[in-house]
Amino acid sequence: MKSTFSVFALITLALLSFGLYQALVAAPTEQTMGEVQRIFYYHVPSAWTAFLCFIANFAASIVYLARRNPKADAFALSTAEVGVVFCTIVLVTGPIWARPVWGIWWTWDARLTSTLVLWLIYVSYLVLRRYTSGGQSPVLASALAVFGFVDVIFVYMAIRWFRTQHPQPVVGGGANAGIDPHMLFALLVNFAAFAALASLVVWIRYRLERLRQQVEEAHALKAIAAGPPLRRAAR
Amino acid sequence: MSSAALQLGRTRAPGFFDILRATLAKDLRLEWRSKDAINSMLFFALLVVVIFSFSFDLSAEESRRIAGGLVWVALLFAAVVALNQTWARELRNQALDAFRVSPAPAESLFLAKATGNFVFVMILEALMAPLFVVFYNLRSVGPGYELAAASALGTWALVVNGTFFAAMSLRTRSREVMLPLLLFPISIPALLAMVTATTATLTGDGSPHLSLVFLAVYDLVFTIVGLFLFETVLQAE
Repeated sequence: MKSTFSVFALITLALLSFGLYQALVAAPTEQTMGEVQRIFYYHVPSAWTAFLCFIANFAASIVYLARRNPKADAFALSTAEVGVVFCTIVLVTGPIWARPVWGIWWTWDARLTSTLVLWLIYVSYLVLRRYTSGGQSPVLASALAVFGFVDVIFVYMAIRWFRTQHPQPVVGGGANAGIDPHMLFALLVNFAAFAALASLVVWIRYRLERLRQQVEEAHALKAIAAGPPLRRAAR
Repeated sequence: MSSAALQLGRTRAPGFFDILRATLAKDLRLEWRSKDAINSMLFFALLVVVIFSFSFDLSAEESRRIAGGLVWVALLFAAVVALNQTWARELRNQALDAFRVSPAPAESLFLAKATGNFVFVMILEALMAPLFVVFYNLRSVGPGYELAAASALGTWALVVNGTFFAAMSLRTRSREVMLPLLLFPISIPALLAMVTATTATLTGDGSPHLSLVFLAVYDLVFTIVGLFLFETVLQAE
């Protein structure tokens, strides 16, 4: 277990370094935007990674609701936290890129608005987890995760239909969409690196949460074992 | 117990719609006598309307353009006031705990509470509509039935999620604060559709049909998800 973790951490580090080199040095400079376009290799992979985390959170929440397995809950919590971090990176790098390219920090266009709403939904998930205690927290949180995930679909459609500067998707975005093969390579390497980093952090967070659950369980068992004297004291 | 006795017990037990009707009738009677929810919502919505008109000095044309948004923001804030009281009422005398240990289906309680809130917010809208017309010099360009459809579908969207999240926030610390934090992010797409439908009808540019269909689908999906998960949230320990 420990050695697998170290190997995985090393692979992640290697991928991140290779990704950094690809993004900053190897990838060609974009014609109109210039060097600032290189933020793309961080912005887009972060977004994809955040989506992966939220999908994993939804799946884990469904498993928790069906099986009531504390492992699924620990996984749901870890993926939600890491997803919110990556979603925050998207929301921070976006305006940094938009300012020199579009001339504005923020615009209420479809993609930006839906990412912001997505972030709000998962922040409310984390807030709910902080404000609940004991056995209720996982149940309520997984119910909210289902609502949140279903809502994301409506958010995308609503914003696309009812609010119409973001570029069309460059990967799989139709006939006119296109990307230099070298840029695509740099993008995919960074996506792999970010996904690996996210998995690594989820792994650590999951282990921490499992430990916390086990400590809590041990305390509960101890309290049950010490039951009668406590009841006497209460009287 | 013999199977015949079980059978007898089962036939005597009130069904889904009996419980729904009984809970709804009780809530409506309580509200009719106390008028707690309606009064607090009405005063709150009135305050929001007045504060908005002080914050923005609007011409008739501008106010028609943004009235859809104003109406729904005022209603959203006001609805939270009533939604927070929905379940608080059941906490007195451990009525909710009694319901949880009873074999009655939780879904009927949820539907009854959502319907009750729907009635309260629709009454609020009926009372607020003349005020909006007077304060913002409104005159609808589109037909009235479109406005009625937008308000009914939009209200159900707010109320069905609101009732669910009010039950959820009941189980948290500082529950009054939790409800808007959970409800508002989830309601954003519905709010967008309500505002689009209402504004399209009021100003006459564009058709509200797409947003109405969107709202209907949203209502249907979230009613199903709410019914599906309510028992889980009610029994969360």
